[in-house]
Amino acid sequence: METSFTPIQALLGGSLIGLAAVALLTFHGRIAGVTGILTGIILPKGDWNWRLAFLLGAIAAPAMILLLTGMSLPLQSDIPSWAIILGGLLVGVGVAFGGGCTSGHGVCGMARLSTRSIAATLTFMATTFVTVFVVRHVLGGF
Amino acid sequence: MLRVLSAAAIGLVFGTGIVIAGMANPAKVLNFFDVFGTWDPSLLLVMGSALAVTFIGYRFVLRRPAPVFDRRFHLPTKRDLDVPLIAGSALFGIGWGIAGFCPGGAIPALGSGEPSPLIFVAAMIGGILGANALKAAFTRRQALA
Repeated sequence: METSFTPIQALLGGSLIGLAAVALLTFHGRIAGVTGILTGIILPKGDWNWRLAFLLGAIAAPAMILLLTGMSLPLQSDIPSWAIILGGLLVGVGVAFGGGCTSGHGVCGMARLSTRSIAATLTFMATTFVTVFVVRHVLGGF
Repeated sequence: MLRVLSAAAIGLVFGTGIVIAGMANPAKVLNFFDVFGTWDPSLLLVMGSALAVTFIGYRFVLRRPAPVFDRRFHLPTKRDLDVPLIAGSALFGIGWGIAGFCPGGAIPALGSGEPSPLIFVAAMIGGILGANALKAAFTRRQALA
């Protein structure tokens, strides 16, 4: 499934992600890692309210964009449900042991020049690359 | 109240960034990794700009004695590389490569009303709960030994 190169949206979207990360540290003293924020709700630590508010704000984004611009979120996927479930389980187990995902390690941790986050990011970028190669070019897709 | 509203507003900015960037679109995410196929380099600019803004912003924020709504900054304290970090990250990447969703992409995608992010997030929460049960059992065994 082809998608076109969208440099302006990529730079704008990426800058907003960075802005949110800086704001969350400024106001709440927290790392904007979705894994960590979510885990604090499903394994309650007693400070679920700001976490839930952050996630609900994120979930409201497509609706707000639709309301303001009339554009709906382009969500293209030809992945069958069983593969989405398998991927979800692996992501869940992986981030629980690895202590973070693209936002936590890849953006916030890398920005802190954390050795753990740099190692984690290099590792998951490499395994994602290999997985996509194997799925698409060895197995020929799902 | 102000604290919760602030978190919601920041979440909205984060989600808007994710959606505009295309991180909530599995086809776009997977195409970034498909250099030998339908390559779409957009995510390189997403990561690059997010990282640049965060890198510069964090330098200024961390000069403050404390955040606005808390007494202290909550930053990770672990420094050593260990097996769970690397093995977990490797598994995460495999799952990301299969489904095309990462946690930060899937949560805002829930707001699209499509079923696929819902299926993904439910499975991911199952994975997090399972892994934590396993970790707890392992810690108990170590404590007994």
